[in-house]
Amino acid sequence: MSAAGANRIAGAGRLTPANTVRFTFDGKSYTGLQGDTLASALIANDVHLVGRSFKYHRPRGILSAGPEEPSALVGVRRDASRHTPNIRATVQEIHDGLDAVSQNRWPSLTFDIGALNDIGSPMFSAGFYYKTFMWPKAAWKHIYEPVIRNAAGLGVAPKEADPDNYAARYVHCDVLVIGGGVAGLTAALSAAESGARVILCDENAHPGGALRFEGEARLDGMAGHDWAVQAAGRLAAMDNVRLLTRTTAFGYYAQNFVGLVERVTDHLAAPEPDMPRERVWQVRAGKVIIAAGAIERHMVFANNDRPGIMLASAARTYLNHYGVAVGRKVGVYTANDSAYGAAFDLKRAGADIPAIVDLRDEPDAGLVEEAGVLGIRVLTGHAVTGAGGKLRVASMSVEPKKGGRTEVIPVDALIMSAGWTPSVHMFSQSRGKVAWDEETGRFLPGTYAQECASIGACNGTDGLEATVNEALAVGEAAAKAAHPKAKKPSVAISVGSAGKWAGGMVGAGPGAEAGKVVKAFVDFQNDVTAKDIRLAVQEGMHSIEHVKRFTTNGMATDQGKLSNLHGLAIAAEALDKPIPKVGLTTFRPPYTPTTFGAIVNHARGKIFDPMRRTPMHAAEAAAGAVFEDVGQWKRAWYYPRAGEDMHAAVNRECRTVREVAGMFDASTLGKIEVVGPDAAKFLNILYTNPFLKLGVGRLRYGIMCREDGFIYDDGVVGRLAEDRFHVTTTTGGAPRVLHHMEDYLQTEFPDLKVWLTSTSEQWAVIAVQGPKAREIVEPFVEGIDLSNEAFPHMSVAEGTVCGVPARVFRMSFTGEAGYEINVPADYGRMVWDAIYERGAPMGMCLYGTETMHVLRAEKGYIIVGQDTDGTVTPHDAGLSWAIGKKKTDFVGVRGLKRPDLVAEGRRQLVGLKVKDGKSVLEEGAQIVDNPKQAIPMKMIGWVSSSYWSENCGAPIAMALVENGHNRMGETLYVPMPDGVIEVEVCGTVFFDEEGGRLHG
Amino acid sequence: MLLIHCPYCGEERPELEFRHAGEAHIARPENIAEISDEDFAHYFFYRDNPKGVTFERWRHMHGCGRFFNAVRDSVSDKFLTTYKAGEPKPDIADAANENQINTSKGQGAK
Amino acid sequence: MAEAQIARELPLAGRAAGGASVSITPAEPAMRVSLRAPQESIAAVSKGLGIDLPTRPKQSAVAGARSVLWLGPDEWLVIEEGDRDPMADLARATALHSAVDVSHRNTAILVTGTQVADVLNAGCPQDLSLEAFPVGACSRTVMGKIEVVLFRTAEDAFRVECWRSFSDYAFEFLRDAARGL
Repeated sequence: MSAAGANRIAGAGRLTPANTVRFTFDGKSYTGLQGDTLASALIANDVHLVGRSFKYHRPRGILSAGPEEPSALVGVRRDASRHTPNIRATVQEIHDGLDAVSQNRWPSLTFDIGALNDIGSPMFSAGFYYKTFMWPKAAWKHIYEPVIRNAAGLGVAPKEADPDNYAARYVHCDVLVIGGGVAGLTAALSAAESGARVILCDENAHPGGALRFEGEARLDGMAGHDWAVQAAGRLAAMDNVRLLTRTTAFGYYAQNFVGLVERVTDHLAAPEPDMPRERVWQVRAGKVIIAAGAIERHMVFANNDRPGIMLASAARTYLNHYGVAVGRKVGVYTANDSAYGAAFDLKRAGADIPAIVDLRDEPDAGLVEEAGVLGIRVLTGHAVTGAGGKLRVASMSVEPKKGGRTEVIPVDALIMSAGWTPSVHMFSQSRGKVAWDEETGRFLPGTYAQECASIGACNGTDGLEATVNEALAVGEAAAKAAHPKAKKPSVAISVGSAGKWAGGMVGAGPGAEAGKVVKAFVDFQNDVTAKDIRLAVQEGMHSIEHVKRFTTNGMATDQGKLSNLHGLAIAAEALDKPIPKVGLTTFRPPYTPTTFGAIVNHARGKIFDPMRRTPMHAAEAAAGAVFEDVGQWKRAWYYPRAGEDMHAAVNRECRTVREVAGMFDASTLGKIEVVGPDAAKFLNILYTNPFLKLGVGRLRYGIMCREDGFIYDDGVVGRLAEDRFHVTTTTGGAPRVLHHMEDYLQTEFPDLKVWLTSTSEQWAVIAVQGPKAREIVEPFVEGIDLSNEAFPHMSVAEGTVCGVPARVFRMSFTGEAGYEINVPADYGRMVWDAIYERGAPMGMCLYGTETMHVLRAEKGYIIVGQDTDGTVTPHDAGLSWAIGKKKTDFVGVRGLKRPDLVAEGRRQLVGLKVKDGKSVLEEGAQIVDNPKQAIPMKMIGWVSSSYWSENCGAPIAMALVENGHNRMGETLYVPMPDGVIEVEVCGTVFFDEEGGRLHG
Repeated sequence: MLLIHCPYCGEERPELEFRHAGEAHIARPENIAEISDEDFAHYFFYRDNPKGVTFERWRHMHGCGRFFNAVRDSVSDKFLTTYKAGEPKPDIADAANENQINTSKGQGAK
Repeated sequence: MAEAQIARELPLAGRAAGGASVSITPAEPAMRVSLRAPQESIAAVSKGLGIDLPTRPKQSAVAGARSVLWLGPDEWLVIEEGDRDPMADLARATALHSAVDVSHRNTAILVTGTQVADVLNAGCPQDLSLEAFPVGACSRTVMGKIEVVLFRTAEDAFRVECWRSFSDYAFEFLRDAARGL
């Protein structure tokens, strides 16, 4: 007996016996070999029972040897935060220390309480969740749902953050080959020798595909698998080829954009910390060659899910690749030729094959003869109608398919083959249409929608020679089509014998026909039986898409790789329609489950999203700023001093700005430089205001509407020269305003000689506001006379500040006299520090966005997006003065005349005074005119801005209220959960109504 | 992710660089201030959203920055052609012939 | 710009990243102009700038410390790594054009090494092979969630220009992309 498991056969397989690996399964330690999958290592140790099924909690084993596995799903755990559920044991390679656990069982795998579902299964037939838990209504939320949620689900996800990193890369190639079996390797060699840039991906650790199990294949005089190793080596050595193993093509998108995911570290005992766990390759290929092979189908018979029952090709792979016999007494049940090879190989390796049960009456005579030579009994025209055993198959019940005596044959493993399903998933994802091939009874690629080709088994090409010839030709043609300098490749591959895989059967076998109350599984992962599918049809599901959703056949993570065709055949039979008339469901990405980590890849943690900081951010942080998120920007919100909460800090900042001065970082405002002889003309069209006559050195507050007449953005526009304007936008509006302006310029007014350049980030903007603003900034400014006479409110000039070039704006969003000093961004911090050092001893404070909001609300200045919601016109906002009365055209000129926009009673922006003098209204609160009316009350508006105003000594608010401009002095009501608040409608200016302070 | 041929850059570029900008060939009326409510509604609000060949605007936002027009099949998502802003509406049949991928015979089709 | 004697505080000062096959460093300060000009002004503007504006997509022109990158059919990015002020040079060109100083709007990251394209392709969907993106090629494009301008200065070297406040994201993205190549 081998150290690496009792079922390991000396001399068989391609693994090295000396390279042992220790791993655990459900806490028990086992030895496997380097290169084993968890499945092969467990079978080597005679472990077939690896999990419990989803719905009935039936004991389940290993069905396949590849990524199509529906059954053997386990959790794999590296540490507390690295526990991945639903890993296919047939894909996960073992490494020293691998820790795997079975799923969906409690308290243990061999004794599972949930298995009672199996006994109570009439309750859980197809569509049970639509029917069983409907009554009484209240029970769903409190009883059914919590219980079902606990019982359902496969595996457990970790609660900790995933500590691994994941990578992504866009990559371009002339030819992408999906699948590294004989077809894929040959096509890749052919294309690569032509000089094309080639990517070949294969989901296994090593290319080879079916050559891993098909012992009799010979290529170039070599055993098939040896040839594959050599071919992969040749490809890997070529500069124009990227060979990606452990890499699954999971999605085929428009224009040959294919997503691959490479498992980089899951097979390593101690990966380097910087290595990504997985890498997503986003491939753009000139041509895609799909060489995805075919997937063997299981036989549908009673209790076909017992551990130890598996696909014939899987058993053959375990033997020929991993050196593992799946049992000592192996029954065979088949409807095609390919299971014979597995039986013969097992027999030669020393296993007992008590019988090959062949559903066909006349199998290939040569195979029957060979079986005779090996001493294997062949029962033609017979069926396996049931399997004995519970935690492991113990026997098979065999009877003639036309009826007759049942023979129970003891076995410890049962291998089966219903035939091969071409893997058309990638083709179907590419939006190609499959076509039913009547002769061979399978769906094959039909109409292509993209620049791709299918070759080999997935294209229904049978036999090694035909596959190689097809692959050579398609590889060369693809290279020629995608790569202009392709040359004739010099690949020639001579082919020896190999089996043919056509034929087989679909649907339920004898003993599982309509009317039989047995569990003959079609879909192992979702526990769908043949009976469930018939029930779905009986209950009126006539479309295969409805059958799929009603039964959940094919809806598990394996997406029905084994079950779809069987399910379709059973439905077709029940509907009494031919299979192509019932149709196949659409295959969608991902081909196999793909981790969220891979999908998210780099976009997590610090680089989940850009975090934008202004040039003065560090200085503000050092001054104790609390920051708020404004889009992607971090903006200083308020600057609490020792012992201050937000309210106290904001009150102090508000007072200080009005009494002394405050300094504010306005750098995030959008800025656009508008340059050219037609600049004024262009702005005159984009804004509602008149701009033709704005003088050089002057500023104007501008409103920008959409064509429908609603306010889109606002900002201050300064004229620096006849042909140069400095435009500001809201912080959040910067990109869309530039886009909007470019749209009009490029597509409606392309003859205007004007260009737009974003300068948002060129300038750091330092606002100094308050009665002492001039005194504070004056010493730093050169080249500009800051006196009221020379530089009044709404002026702009260029000069220097602290010795660096500056654009100084005399403007105000606070109602105080003030300046917005623009300096090149890299100097922002230096200028900020200099002004602060002078201003602070004079009593100036730093203030944040909250104070800015309060101060502007005291003055009734709107914030677009807060006091407007995309349905507010300049008139509604009380800004009729900003519309150029003599202008014949501007964006919005016609929209503003629409009947709805000139109608009486529109919601209009007003101020609200709170009658109790202390309640601060909630922004978003609804307003009614009669609080005593029945619920639901008629809402006539809502609060858009609301603050405590320290300077007014009262709460202030703005609101959009129906017919608001005509309600001055009216009392309205704001109903809140703990009472109704009375308010009085007033104008929107709460402080310094005459505006004298602006000019101080 | 689509590949979009930018008529200004002269090559196909990834969709991430582009932004869709609505239906094409809807000119802003020169006398917009005077048009009727109905004409304004047709200009600003009503869109055809046809199934099949559509004329649409795109902007190579994160590339050359230019707006351009495209003819695309809204069923297959395929672009039939793209052309510069201001150029006339192309003949659909010509565009379809020039750019259509041969959908009926992929190399491996049987 | 006249103020060149006052030190600029670059947003990425002091950062470094990369490994054996790629190095990521902030570029030295530079002067930059966003230049717009119609077809008929190209000759005159070229003369003022002392360099022929490239007129084909993705092309650049380099003379001494000055590079001009084609960004669009009427748009170029001028990068001056020496001390000749391109704004001043352009001010002398009287032909119709728009020159806007964006020296501080952008900052740049230099990425060099044998796997430079692999690192950039972690977030940039363009084909950056030498055939599709040869030395001297340049393009505005995207990298992860931001817009960048890529400029290939050598087979194994790119200059990545991005807006100032996106530079932290750009640098950290490149750092992450360079892990475990």
